[in-house]
Amino acid sequence: MKSSVIVFPGSNCDRDVAVALEKFQIKNQMVWHDESSLPKSDLVVLPGGFSYGDYLRTGCIASKSRIINDVLKHANEGGLVLGICNGFQILIETGLLPGVLLRNKKLRFLSKNVFLRVINVSSKFCLNYNKKNIIELPIAHNEGNYFANDELLKKLEDKNLIAFKYCNEKGDINKTSNPNGSSNNIAGILNDKKNILGMMPHPERLIDPLLSGEDGSIMFESLLT
Amino acid sequence: MKISATVTLKKEVLDPQGKVVGQTLKNMGYKNIVNVRQGKYFDIELDETNKEKAKKIAEDICKKLLTNIVIEDYTINLK
Repeated sequence: MKSSVIVFPGSNCDRDVAVALEKFQIKNQMVWHDESSLPKSDLVVLPGGFSYGDYLRTGCIASKSRIINDVLKHANEGGLVLGICNGFQILIETGLLPGVLLRNKKLRFLSKNVFLRVINVSSKFCLNYNKKNIIELPIAHNEGNYFANDELLKKLEDKNLIAFKYCNEKGDINKTSNPNGSSNNIAGILNDKKNILGMMPHPERLIDPLLSGEDGSIMFESLLT
Repeated sequence: MKISATVTLKKEVLDPQGKVVGQTLKNMGYKNIVNVRQGKYFDIELDETNKEKAKKIAEDICKKLLTNIVIEDYTINLK
């Protein structure tokens, strides 16, 4: 499997995700945002960080970068796209994923581990979570409060396009297990074709026992199955 | 031609910053404050003399970049 990690000015999780991809023998290339063409890739990753200093709106300026034309083409042809944190915000701004990410309800930057329930275990990204669907991953964001109107929420629920929901240790999904106020506790969503995943938590940060856990590894293993 | 655009959160979207500013003004003694909404303001200089064309460009800019139309509204002023 071949991957490309797009690097924007202000990306800061690009090398973390590259380390994770390489650990699972995915052949990765770093691609600068100003490149005009994407190298042949099965997977494109939009990493976390603060692209363009979050100017205007988070992910907004990055979504107009030169490389994005090829990313859109790759996505529309059914290629895999993973957006983590700021990458999720960029995916929303490109229109590849619906809804909007507002500031966290309590207006604080959140940096902590959270529990997640894997809702859709049939996408290429999450196949292996069918063995373990309550997981722990770190979040680190200020604008992760996913908002969708009732009509969109119903569509996401009915079509099984919600990848992850925030929960507690036991897997209960409720207000107290919602760190940022997001609609229906949503932490990550898929597009209709399920080849695009946007998520606020960071799987690349938990890929080794030395990093205190391996729940993130399961996603990279899923990609290879 | 100079144009300006103001972008604000839609009425039904919570504006926590505006809320805090409003509360602070009340605390400062401005008892007649009813509501404050915070927004963004853009001054744009265009190489265009036709008013209609300038307005069309401004609309386009607002829709494509300056505003997230899901949660924000914009108003355009031609000077």
